[in-house]
Amino acid sequence: MRLFARRNLRLGDERAETFADITVKGDITYMKKIEAVIQPFKLEEVKEALKAIGIDGMTITEVRGHGRQKGHKEVYRGQEYNVDLLPKVKVELVVTDARAVESINALSAAARTGKIGDGKIFVYDVAEAIRIRNDDRGESAL
Amino acid sequence: MFGRRFPMTTLILLMLLPAMLPAQAPTATADKIAALEAAVKSAQSAGDNAWMLVSCALVLMMTGPGLALFYGGLVRKKNVLGTMMHSFILMALVTVIWAVVGYSLAFAEGNPFFGDFRYLFLNGVGSAPNGDYAGTIPHQTYMIYQLMFAIITPALISGAFAERIKFSAMLLFTTLWALLVYFPMAHMVWGKGGYLNAFLGGTFPTLDFAGGTVVHITSGVSALVCALYLGKRVGYPGETIKPHSLVLSFIGACLLWVGWFGFNAGSAVAASGLATSAFVATHFGAAAATLGWMLAEWMKSGKPSVLGGISGCVAGLVAITPASGFVSPMSALIIGFAAGIVCYLMVTSVKAKFGYDDALDAFGVHGAGGTLGAILTGVFATNAVNDALKDASGKAMPLGLVDGNGGQIANQLVGAGIAWVLGIVGTLIILKICDVLIGVRVERDHEVQGLDLSQHGEEGYILES
Repeated sequence: MRLFARRNLRLGDERAETFADITVKGDITYMKKIEAVIQPFKLEEVKEALKAIGIDGMTITEVRGHGRQKGHKEVYRGQEYNVDLLPKVKVELVVTDARAVESINALSAAARTGKIGDGKIFVYDVAEAIRIRNDDRGESAL
Repeated sequence: MFGRRFPMTTLILLMLLPAMLPAQAPTATADKIAALEAAVKSAQSAGDNAWMLVSCALVLMMTGPGLALFYGGLVRKKNVLGTMMHSFILMALVTVIWAVVGYSLAFAEGNPFFGDFRYLFLNGVGSAPNGDYAGTIPHQTYMIYQLMFAIITPALISGAFAERIKFSAMLLFTTLWALLVYFPMAHMVWGKGGYLNAFLGGTFPTLDFAGGTVVHITSGVSALVCALYLGKRVGYPGETIKPHSLVLSFIGACLLWVGWFGFNAGSAVAASGLATSAFVATHFGAAAATLGWMLAEWMKSGKPSVLGGISGCVAGLVAITPASGFVSPMSALIIGFAAGIVCYLMVTSVKAKFGYDDALDAFGVHGAGGTLGAILTGVFATNAVNDALKDASGKAMPLGLVDGNGGQIANQLVGAGIAWVLGIVGTLIILKICDVLIGVRVERDHEVQGLDLSQHGEEGYILES
């Protein structure tokens, strides 16, 4: 049984230098998919920060959503609209388990303004990765 | 041989000349004067005609792309093509109607309410000027200039039934509306012998320089009737109904501002000082209204919106239209500023209070702005700007309240009132006819899907292709 989503785990906690500490069962080490929903204007900084630690593969999507952040008011000829689904950018990348914490820390630091609306990061186990071009499998496909 | 004889002949002629002079001089001078007069006339005609042809093109530009962009940006993206088509197709449809029968119904001398058929198929409308309307330009120029007004007027109404009318019903509606509402109204105000024509023998002389009553009140009031008859759009008022591109609307409004110089200054039907005066008044009206709307909105809702700014400029252009050839630049500023504030209140407070879905505010801007402009023309019109109206002794007659002729306001109200009644009654009858024959409103599914797909089988934006 994988206990990846153990409660009270904090990044930077010295007990969890890598996710492998808590996710390795037997010989299996899972790759990690990092999914971050961030402020659109933070995308460039996030890209730079990941590149700086040698991570350059990622997929981004323009999305709309909100968490605790309230929307804003728009007025068109006196007609008021409350816009609560705000534009965000979703960044998705898959990294080796060994590099997951480092990547998350870099991403999180680059995307942070300290205000409500900065977004969230979700981390998943990845069962397999396959490079379509040459059928590489596992971490060598990343 | 010839050369040698020539001096002799000349000499003989020269000797005879003194004897011939007294008898021939008056004819020669008269011929010269006549030739000079013809040259001056043709030079003036060339200048006037050049300006009028440019004005024609400017007014057409107001409909497409001006109004098409302005309205197209204000609807949701699923209706952008359908809305632009409402303007564009009239550039074709009204033109054909105008050529066949429209010009004759509007501008032929007939009874006080509509013209007869003397210009049917543009018969007799050629390069010779029509002295009643414009003595220095070809009659054909005047005809094509007036056509551009007939095109944009029904296009303005499309702001009220946007996003929910069947295309086929819109074509039938516009055809009937042009025949039953626009042509009679144009005849009454501008046609020779028209009931409201101030310059050519009207019973109630209404001052409408460039179409505040004919164009904006009729279209604006008809728009209100359409909005009430068709009912609200699915989901109105709701979170999802927002302008899809104010960038398009912005470009459209700027084109309208520029095109309006052809509309108003062109209405002098000459490249004259009056054209300049109308040009200046038009520009000042638009500027003051932009500020008026922006300030009103800023004070009331906290932010000066771009949509407010461009709506204000259109409101000012509407209100100054009837006044443009009669008022001073300072009066134009006042009329514009008032229009900006009044139209802002119309599209916000009044529309919200009564709850009608005048989708793009054709009534709030054109109906209200046109009526305000018609009344204020009665206040600010002055013979210091336009002395075309003379009394029996050839003295310029007082025009508006500022000239001491307060009664003109009553005439303006009669003109506006007739436009209101004709707009309401005519539009109601026409809508009923269209509803019985075709059905006016699209099915709910088609409305949700959008007019672009359901009416035209296309999409405006296919960014992934």
